[in-house]
Amino acid sequence: MSHADRNITGTPEALAVPARRARLQESWILLRRNRLALAGMVIFLLFFAVAVAGMFLTTGTSPALDPNLVRLQEKLRPPLSRANLNSLRPEEVPKSGVYLLGTDELGRDVFARMLQGAWVSLTVGFVAVGIAVVIGVVLGGLAGYFGRGPITVAGVLAVLLLGGAAVAAGTLPGSLRVLGVVVAVALAGVLVLLRRRRPGGLPSFLGLQILTVDMLITGLIDIMLCFPSFFLILTVVALLPASIYNIMVVIGITSWMGAARFVRAEFLSLREQDFVTAATALGVSDLRIIFRHMVPNAMAPVLVSATIGIAGAILAEAGLSFLGFGVPPPHATWGNILSDGKNYLFDAPWLTYIPGCAILVVVLSFNLFGEGLRDILNPKLRERH
Amino acid sequence: MTTLANNIILRGQGLRRYFPVRRGFLQRVMGWIKAVDGVDLKIPAARTLGLVGESGCGKSTLARLILKLDEPNEGTILYRDRDITHLSREEMKPYRRKMQIIFQDPYGSLNPRMTAGHTIEEGLRTIGLKDRDQRRRRVAELLEKVGMPAWAADRYPHEFSGGQRQRVGIARALSVEPELIICDEPVSALDVSIQAQILNLLRGLQRDLGLSYLFISHDLNVVEYMSEVVYDKHLNPYSDALFASMPVPDPAVKRIWQPLAGDVPSPFNPPPGCKFQNRCPLVEDRCRAAEIPLYQANGDHLVRCWKVLGR
Ligand SMILES: Nc1ncnc2c1ncn2[C@@H]1O[C@H](COP(=O)(O)OP(=O)(O)OP(=O)(O)O)[C@@H](O)[C@H]1O
Ligand code: SF4
Ligand SMILES: [Mg+2]
Repeated sequence: MSHADRNITGTPEALAVPARRARLQESWILLRRNRLALAGMVIFLLFFAVAVAGMFLTTGTSPALDPNLVRLQEKLRPPLSRANLNSLRPEEVPKSGVYLLGTDELGRDVFARMLQGAWVSLTVGFVAVGIAVVIGVVLGGLAGYFGRGPITVAGVLAVLLLGGAAVAAGTLPGSLRVLGVVVAVALAGVLVLLRRRRPGGLPSFLGLQILTVDMLITGLIDIMLCFPSFFLILTVVALLPASIYNIMVVIGITSWMGAARFVRAEFLSLREQDFVTAATALGVSDLRIIFRHMVPNAMAPVLVSATIGIAGAILAEAGLSFLGFGVPPPHATWGNILSDGKNYLFDAPWLTYIPGCAILVVVLSFNLFGEGLRDILNPKLRERH
Repeated sequence: MTTLANNIILRGQGLRRYFPVRRGFLQRVMGWIKAVDGVDLKIPAARTLGLVGESGCGKSTLARLILKLDEPNEGTILYRDRDITHLSREEMKPYRRKMQIIFQDPYGSLNPRMTAGHTIEEGLRTIGLKDRDQRRRRVAELLEKVGMPAWAADRYPHEFSGGQRQRVGIARALSVEPELIICDEPVSALDVSIQAQILNLLRGLQRDLGLSYLFISHDLNVVEYMSEVVYDKHLNPYSDALFASMPVPDPAVKRIWQPLAGDVPSPFNPPPGCKFQNRCPLVEDRCRAAEIPLYQANGDHLVRCWKVLGR
């Protein structure tokens, strides 16, 4: 036994820590090798800058570029044509003196309108995908982490009661409303608490398991995937007042399934990993395990699908606006510029090609960047370098 | 070698864990994988119980049962004579910090997105060390204890070698000041030279901190080196065969070459009786008939074998 007691600390092996190579730097090297993804990222950043700049240039009381200023005497001017100073009042003259991308059928500056539309596309893309990712991560995480957890008769009753409370809040008159809500919420609370504290004190059928959490959520995902999503969005939008916020929300709540699936799959495999077991054995709380150990390790595929999802959301918004269900006029979006322009396809082709190409380039760049990200974030690829 | 100390830190009685095998469209249960099938064990305080067995024989499952990361289908787990088998999460809390685990795979056992320091701090947080500076200081102490420099705290797992990761894993286990550490093949994935360093580290820690170990391995040499008590599967003709097929470092020692033949029994609906019946050179009819009682032979070695029993 004596020879074992030597050399406990400070062994040569323990001191030799390899030189530090930052993750970010490594990612950058991988990205540089992937030309298409790099191009995608450059356009992504450019688009971001243009959209933010556009927001500042086209809003306010006297914007530098007014997207809504109508100059009927200057309608359908081709790109790069100079403003006709004789026919315009001084405040109508564009600041640069040139219609960079021409004017539309009402003589509005297409460059200004494209800038305004870029901001719409950017916000719709990011907010819709943000909503989708939050829903997807929460539902996918629940399915992956608590998947085997049973949903009992009591649980379903509690949810129904809470749903009833919500309906009561919306429909019942005055004092009845308060009563209805209080009774329903109290019943639901009693049900949940009693089942937690004294499961024996309740009729046993309440404890019957109907489903598992995982079955419920994967079922929901499958149902949502059955609908062709653009028509689903179209249907919902047709029922709602047209506004940019409704569009964002609707696109968001109809496109979370991909993220949910990714997160669920990642959680299922992460749950079996030794470092999660170690955290459980240390007594780390569920919440901390989920948010410190599992979410950061599950985010890579979500990030990829989100990047590609932004492209999808931009395309969906443009499609809706093109069909007239999108952001209401006079607010410009790439979709409604395209839609208005199609009537002048032969007289003023720039009205169609400019927004069309912008959509194409931005959507393509997001897709390429997303696919590049997937390669970069793939740990198997990383280990080779 | 002494006989089993009276001072038992953890006791497992008749532990069983069966996993259902589901097949087909309706996912009907078609049979059971008997991963742990009737295990009794006693881990002596401040000493080491060695557990030997081949891959897939349920060693890790047993470790999970003992740590209450999984529920046994049958049997009880006593921690210092307190039955912890059916404790709830909340009731289990005070016992969590008493028992820790070290894993085999140095790659999977550390969160790739956390620095070594943060990994070790997790344990410190759960035992209520609120002050950040105090935690950092304690992390440095723990790193030193496992033979790592303090600056390793700011490094990510991919910056360490396998042996270094194992050390970080040991520091994490030590962070909650446990009494018992379950070492689930902690050196199987390491180079031989580094294996020795880690084993020495573990022995040194045991001596300094009075730790108890349940030391799991499939390498009899390693278990011999670590343990005073070896559970099961020793001392029967089968383990003689295992010992015989083990490389002998000292050429002066001669062993009769006794190769192992036959199949490892499938854990899926295993046959009754001795688990070594397919491979044991001394197998007889009663080995195939019924469960064999656990027998204490030759001081601390526990055995399930008719040949030893009937001697
Ligand atoms: N969650 C589970 N569901 C179904 N079967 C399982 C589960 N966990 C383990 N098993 C099965 O139980 C048996 C024992 O597995 P275990 O990991 O405990 O073996 P082991 O002795 O640790 O092996 P190794 O030496 O390779 O680590 C295996 O056949 C395995 O397939
Ligand atoms: S019980 Fe029988 S089969 Fe098993 S090891 Fe002993 S002699 Fe061999
Ligand atoms: Mg194992």
